[in-house]
Amino acid sequence: MARAKFLLDSARCIECNACVTACKNENGVPWGINRRRVVTIRDGKPGETSVSVACMHCSDAPCMAVCPADVFYQTEDGIVLHSKDLCIGCGYCFYACPFGAPQFPKATNFGSRGKMDKCTFCAGGPAENNSEEEYEKYGRNRIAEGKLPLCAEMCSTSALLAGDGDVIADVYRQRVVARGFGSGAWGWNTAYNKPTSEFSSKP
Amino acid sequence: MTMDRRGFLRGSGLAVGGLAAVSMMSKTVQKAEAGNAWQVGEVTRRKSVCTHCAVGCTVEAEVQNGVWTRQAPAWDSPINMGTHCCKGAAVRESTNGERRAKYPMELVGGKWERRTWDEAINKIGDEMLKIRKESGPDSVYWLGSAKHNNEQAYLFRKFAAYWGTNNVDHQARICHSTTVAGVANTWGYGAMTNSFNDMHNSKAILMVGANPTEAHPVAMRHVFKATEENGAKLIVCDPRFTRTAAKAHEHVRLRPGTDVALIWGILWHIFENGWEDTNYIQTRVWGMDQIRTEVAKWDPKTTEDVTGVTGEQLARVAKTLADNKPGTIVWCMGGTQHTTGNNNTRAYCVLQLALGNIGVSGGGANIFRGHDNVQGATDLGVLSHTLPGYYGLSTGAWKHWSRVWGEDYNWLKGQFANQKEMEAIGIPVSRWFDGVLEDPKNMENQPNPIRAMVFWGHAPNSQTRLPDMRKAMMKLDMLVIVDPYPTVSAVLSDRTDNVWVLPATTQFETYGSVTNSNRSLQWREKVVDPVFESLPDHTIMAKFAKKLGFAKELFRNIEVSSADEPKIEDITAEFNRGMWTIGYTGQSPERIKAHMANQKTFDRTTLQAVGGPVDGEYYGMPWPSWGTPEMKHPGTPNLYDMSKPVSKGGLTFRARFGVERNGQNLLAEGVYSKDSEIKDGYPEFTMQMLMDLGWDGDLTADERKAIDAVAGPKTNWKTDLSGGIQRVAIKHECAPFGNAKARAVVWTFPDPVPIHREPLYTPRRDLVAKYPTYPDRTFYRLPTLYESIQKVDYSKDFPIILTSGRLVEYEGGGDETRSNPWLAELQQEMFAEINPRDANDNGISEGAWIWLNSPTGAKVKVKALVTERVKPGVVFMPFHFGGWYEGEDLRSKYPPGADPYVLGESSNTAQTYGYDSVTQMQETKVTLCNITAA
Repeated sequence: MARAKFLLDSARCIECNACVTACKNENGVPWGINRRRVVTIRDGKPGETSVSVACMHCSDAPCMAVCPADVFYQTEDGIVLHSKDLCIGCGYCFYACPFGAPQFPKATNFGSRGKMDKCTFCAGGPAENNSEEEYEKYGRNRIAEGKLPLCAEMCSTSALLAGDGDVIADVYRQRVVARGFGSGAWGWNTAYNKPTSEFSSKP
Repeated sequence: MTMDRRGFLRGSGLAVGGLAAVSMMSKTVQKAEAGNAWQVGEVTRRKSVCTHCAVGCTVEAEVQNGVWTRQAPAWDSPINMGTHCCKGAAVRESTNGERRAKYPMELVGGKWERRTWDEAINKIGDEMLKIRKESGPDSVYWLGSAKHNNEQAYLFRKFAAYWGTNNVDHQARICHSTTVAGVANTWGYGAMTNSFNDMHNSKAILMVGANPTEAHPVAMRHVFKATEENGAKLIVCDPRFTRTAAKAHEHVRLRPGTDVALIWGILWHIFENGWEDTNYIQTRVWGMDQIRTEVAKWDPKTTEDVTGVTGEQLARVAKTLADNKPGTIVWCMGGTQHTTGNNNTRAYCVLQLALGNIGVSGGGANIFRGHDNVQGATDLGVLSHTLPGYYGLSTGAWKHWSRVWGEDYNWLKGQFANQKEMEAIGIPVSRWFDGVLEDPKNMENQPNPIRAMVFWGHAPNSQTRLPDMRKAMMKLDMLVIVDPYPTVSAVLSDRTDNVWVLPATTQFETYGSVTNSNRSLQWREKVVDPVFESLPDHTIMAKFAKKLGFAKELFRNIEVSSADEPKIEDITAEFNRGMWTIGYTGQSPERIKAHMANQKTFDRTTLQAVGGPVDGEYYGMPWPSWGTPEMKHPGTPNLYDMSKPVSKGGLTFRARFGVERNGQNLLAEGVYSKDSEIKDGYPEFTMQMLMDLGWDGDLTADERKAIDAVAGPKTNWKTDLSGGIQRVAIKHECAPFGNAKARAVVWTFPDPVPIHREPLYTPRRDLVAKYPTYPDRTFYRLPTLYESIQKVDYSKDFPIILTSGRLVEYEGGGDETRSNPWLAELQQEMFAEINPRDANDNGISEGAWIWLNSPTGAKVKVKALVTERVKPGVVFMPFHFGGWYEGEDLRSKYPPGADPYVLGESSNTAQTYGYDSVTQMQETKVTLCNITAA
C-alpha cells in the first residue's frame, strides 16, 4: 500500500487560500476551526514565502505518542486519524504537534477544550465510510471514494500536492529539474524522515 | 514577530459581529435544506463558471434533490484544470448561504418591509413613469453589471434603449474603460490579445499594476508554467511589493501615477541600444517617429526623478525584454484607474509594438479583466457611449440595431426625449451622482437631474467620492437595488423611504453564456433553482418591460414563458445576428455548449481541439468568430497573428482609422495574413470593394438580397446582416476589417502621443509646472475638473500618497464575498498598510486603530498594518470593505439577516476626484492623505 503524504512547493504557493476554503467547503468545518491554513513568513519583504499547513500525517506521529486516551490510529496508507468519541480534549496532541494542526472548539487553559478536530487527509474517521455520522464528526471520506484531498486537488498553482508519497515526490522532482531550484518540500523532514511505523492500531 | 495580514484573524468566531445573527433568518421564508451527502436522490453534475474574476474557471457542481451539495474539481477545463482560488473553491455558499436578500423589500420610515414581486414592480414602475413624464427618460439611470451573463447584459442594454436613455453603464467604466479606449484606438480591438494559456510560450512577462496572485490567482498557474518550463523572466512594476512581486525576478517600485514616464524610461534604453524591431515597425506601425521624440526626453535621470526608479534597473529591464522574445505585457487596475489611464494603456501598447511583440504567440497585451463577465458586458454594450458591439450611438448604429431587432427606427426614436439625446453619450457610472447633484445648467444633453437610480448588480463602495454619493442618494426620488445581496447601497445614506431591494439570483441559479478575459465564450448550466424568492435578471427585466409598456417590442424575437422568463438561447441568437463588428456572430448556443461538453479535447496551451466533435476549433471560440455559426469559424486565439490564415484564426491589424494620415499610408506595407489573396495592406470590406475585386460573384442570392436591403454597395462588413461580405472576404483569406498598421499616435485623443501628467493630488508640487494636468472641460454630459483641482496644494497637510487595490479573499465591493463565511473568516478587518517609518513618525503602532484623513475632509477608521510592503510616503488600503462610514458601524441598517459577516470602512470614502480624459475612469490609485492614531 502506498504511503499518503502532503507536499508543499513553497516556490509556487501564492497564499490564495483555495486549500483553506476547499477544506471548509468539503468537510463542513465551522468558523474558528482551521484544519488547514496558509502561513506567510517575511510578509511584505523580499523573500516573502507562504506555506500551506495542516496535519502532515507524520510517519511517527508525536500526537499518537502523547495522547493519554489513545484516540489516534494510523491507516495502512499512513493517514493519522482519531476518534472523537474517545477524545477528552486535553490538548496534549496540540503541544506535541510540530505543525500546530490540532484544533479545538473551545479556547481555555484549563479543563476540556472539546473534541479535537484536524485534517483527516479527507479520509473521515472511525465510523462507517461515508455515513452521516462520519461526515458530522470528521467530514468527507474522499479516500473511500477513490479521491484525493480536495485542498490539493483545487490548489490554484498546484503548489500543494497530496497522494502517494513516491508519486508526488516525483512530480516535485521534475519541477525542480525544469526550473533549476527547489523549495525544500516544507516540513518533509519533520514529518516523514523517520521510517514508516509498521504498527497500525485500529481501535 | 511581525504581524502579517492574517494576523488580524481572531481566534474565535464569537468575536465577529453578526455571526450570532446567523439564525435570524425569517421563519416564513425557508431555503431548500442545505444538503448532506446522505440525502436521498441521485447526484447530478452540472457545469458552471466561477462568478468572481474573468479567468473563467469552470465550476463543477454536484446537486442532490435540487440542493448544491458538493464542488468537484473541473479537471476537463483547459483554463483552470480543476483548480480554484479561495473564492472559486467557496462558490457553493452562494446558493446555500444565509445572508442573501430573500424577498422584495421597501424601506418605509427607516424600516424594511416585505413586498410581493407584483407590488414592487408596480410601485417602482409607477414612480418611474411619473418621473419620465415630469423630467424625461434621462432622469432614470439604469446601472447594469458585469455580473450579468451575456444574454442579460445584451438585454439590459436593449432595455435601456427601449426605455429611451443612454444613461446606462456598468463597472467596466471603472475597471478597464481606459484599456478598451486606448487599445482599440491603437490596433482595432480593445480586448486581451492572447490568452492565459498562451503565456506558456512567453519568454518574458512584464506586469504593470497587476497583482494576479490576489486578483487572478489561477492565472498564476499559467505564469508559473512559463517561468518554470520556459525560463520566462517575470518583471513586476508596482508601487507595492505585492505577493506577485514576491514571485518575480525583478520588482520595479514606481511612484504611483508615473506609468507613462516609467514605460518611456524603459523604451529610452530600447531605442538608445537599437533593440526595437525596425522591420515590424516599418510594416505594421504608424507614428513611432513621434513616440521617439517624446521618449528622448525620458533619459535615466529625468525618469528616476519622476518615477523613483533608477536608470540602472530600467536598463536591465529593457535588456531583459529585448533578449527574451516573445514577451507579453499584463496590466490591470494599477494602470487603468488614473486621470491619465488612456495614456498609460497606449504607452504599454507602444512598448509592445516597438518590440514587435503583438500578433505573436507568447507575446501580446494580456490585459486581465476583472469581473467574471466584464468582457462580455463590455462587448454587449452595457455602456453609456455605445450600443452592443461597439457600434457607437450614431444614427447608423441605431438603424443597424433597429434592423436586428426588427424595430421601427422612428418608433424607437420616439422613446427618447429627442434624437439629440438619443445620440448623445450618457452619464458614466463613475459620475452618476454628479448627474444628481450638478446644476442642469452646467450639463450637456441632460435637461433634468437624475431622479431615480437603479443599482442592478453594482457595489457603490467600489466608487470614489462616497461622501458625494451619499448626498446624491439623499436627493434621489427613488433608489432601487437589484442584487442577490442588499449591498452597501442599502445602508450608505440616511434615507428612510423609497429604497427598494429586489432579490436577484446569482448566475448559479440561471444559465447562459459568459465571456472570459481571453474572449472565450463558455456556457453555464443552471445548478439549482432560484433560492428564496429571487429571480434571474432577465426575468426581472421582463417584468419591468411589461410594467413600463414595451415588453411586446423588446421580446419580439424572444420567447417569454408564462412566468415572465425570456428564453436565453433566443437572446444569444439575436445578438449573434447583430454583433458583426467583433465576431460575436459565430458562437451559437449549440456551439458553445458543444465546447463545454468536450472541454477535455482542447490542448492546454494552444486551446485548440485535437480531434473529437469540435476538432480544430479554439476553446470558447474566442472572438472574433467570424460570420454565421454555419460558417464554423474556429475563433481567434491570438489577435493580429498573421502566421495563420483568417479562416483558421489568423488576423491583421484593423483598418479602423482611415487609409492615410497627413499623406502617410496607414495600411500595412507588404505584409498580410497567411494565404491572403491580397498581398498588401487593404481597407475594411464593403460591398463596393467586393465588386471592385470581382468577388461579388461569390455571394449567394440571399446574401446579395440582404446586402441590397441595407445600403447596396455601401453596405459594409459590420452592417451586412447576412454575413455574406465577411464570408467572401474570408473565402479569399482576407480579414473583413482590413489590413492596416497599428497607430502609436491617437490623434483623436487629448494627448495624441501619451505623455506624463502629474496626478491631480500629487505630493510632487515641483513637477506640476512641467507636467501639468488637463484644462477643465465638459464631456459625458458633465463638467469635469482637472487644473482647478491640481492648482490647490494639499501636500503640506496631506503628505502621504493613498493608493488602493485588491485582496484575494474578496471581490469588488465585497458584499457577496464578505457574506460568505469561508471567505469572511480569512479577512475580518479593514486595514491600511503603512510603512514603519510613517507609522513611527505619526505615533502609530501595529494593529492600532487609526484615522486616515482625506483632503476632502472625509476620514476612515481602520487598523494599522505596519509593513515594508509599501514604501515610506505611501499608504495602501483594500477597497472591498463597506458597512462602516467615518467610524460608524451601519450594521443595524441592513435588512435583518442579510448583513455581511464582515463590515468595515470603505477606502473610497477617502478617495478623491479625478477622471480619465477620454473615458471618465475614476482615479483610485493616487491621492493624498494623512494618518493619525485614533
